[in-house]
Amino acid sequence: MSTHTYDYLDGNAAAGELSKIFALDVTAASGQCAHCGTTRRFAEAHLYMQGPGIVARCAVCENVLLRLVNVRERMFLDMQGMTFLSLDTSQLIESNR
Amino acid sequence: MWRVGTVIALHDETATARTITLDVPDWPRHVAGQHVDVRLTASDGYSAVRSYSIASAPNSERRVELTVERLPNGEVSPYLTQEVAVNDRLELRGPIGGWFVWRTQQTEPIQLIAGGSGIVPLMAMIRSRASAVSTAPFRLLYSVREPRAVFYRDELQALLPHDNSVSVSYAYTRTAPKDWPRPPGRIDAALIADATWPSKLVPTCYVCGPTSFVESATCLLTASGNSPDKVRTERFGPTGDRQ
Repeated sequence: MSTHTYDYLDGNAAAGELSKIFALDVTAASGQCAHCGTTRRFAEAHLYMQGPGIVARCAVCENVLLRLVNVRERMFLDMQGMTFLSLDTSQLIESNR
Repeated sequence: MWRVGTVIALHDETATARTITLDVPDWPRHVAGQHVDVRLTASDGYSAVRSYSIASAPNSERRVELTVERLPNGEVSPYLTQEVAVNDRLELRGPIGGWFVWRTQQTEPIQLIAGGSGIVPLMAMIRSRASAVSTAPFRLLYSVREPRAVFYRDELQALLPHDNSVSVSYAYTRTAPKDWPRPPGRIDAALIADATWPSKLVPTCYVCGPTSFVESATCLLTASGNSPDKVRTERFGPTGDRQ
């Protein structure tokens, strides 16, 4: 039996919070890790929510892809860990219109 | 962005899990596999947000069913499984997600693998398949602690005689029914070989459960020849109170 404890979720769990910023679905978006170059769906990123914000890490190399922190009336978004994020415009999220 | 839903029915699935049916007036049609965020706000303004998978098939009646499992020391799930009453109002954000979804246009074989309450979004896919009269071949492998922890038991059993293209297999991890052929234990390579589509059929696989379960099931699927890009996953755990 494995003693490894998993303390992450995945990108799906950040989608509600990110819908405040993105009008398009981020879970199916493809993002490239700026460290290892892997391109994966954002849903596959490892998500850490224990801290004061949300941290998404590359599922391959654990480089930080995205950080999101809410401080009172401001949101801080850091995406320097991704060289790009490619979003599908064919299905605008109804709930964000 | 936040919608208000009214609780119209409550149904206990197990001793610790409850299905909450909500009427949401401005609800857009969702897709099977999506989730919602639920926000509870206390009288002092403190609020807590948790994600819950949608259990119901897309429908035109603005109804959303969530099945919530009560977590010990949970902040939101004890309220949703014990306190909430018919006519109460809940704040919802969603439907959320476009990756962990099954669309009725998909015709390829579908492999569903659930760990515990990870059955919820997969049940929405099974229900969506039925309501769309889809003939896509579905298999479900449902890993659950013991028989009495099975969600949607009657509905899953009713699938067996009437619909031979949704086949359901159970893996009991702690206590199996009497005379069950397999001793209690986690999903392993032998069970993957017996109860899931052969990888040569190129099924799309959906795996939902606690993170450790998802990691293990995903490794077994890829080890048996499934391509990682055909395996879609959704993880939940105590960190996000995700159900």
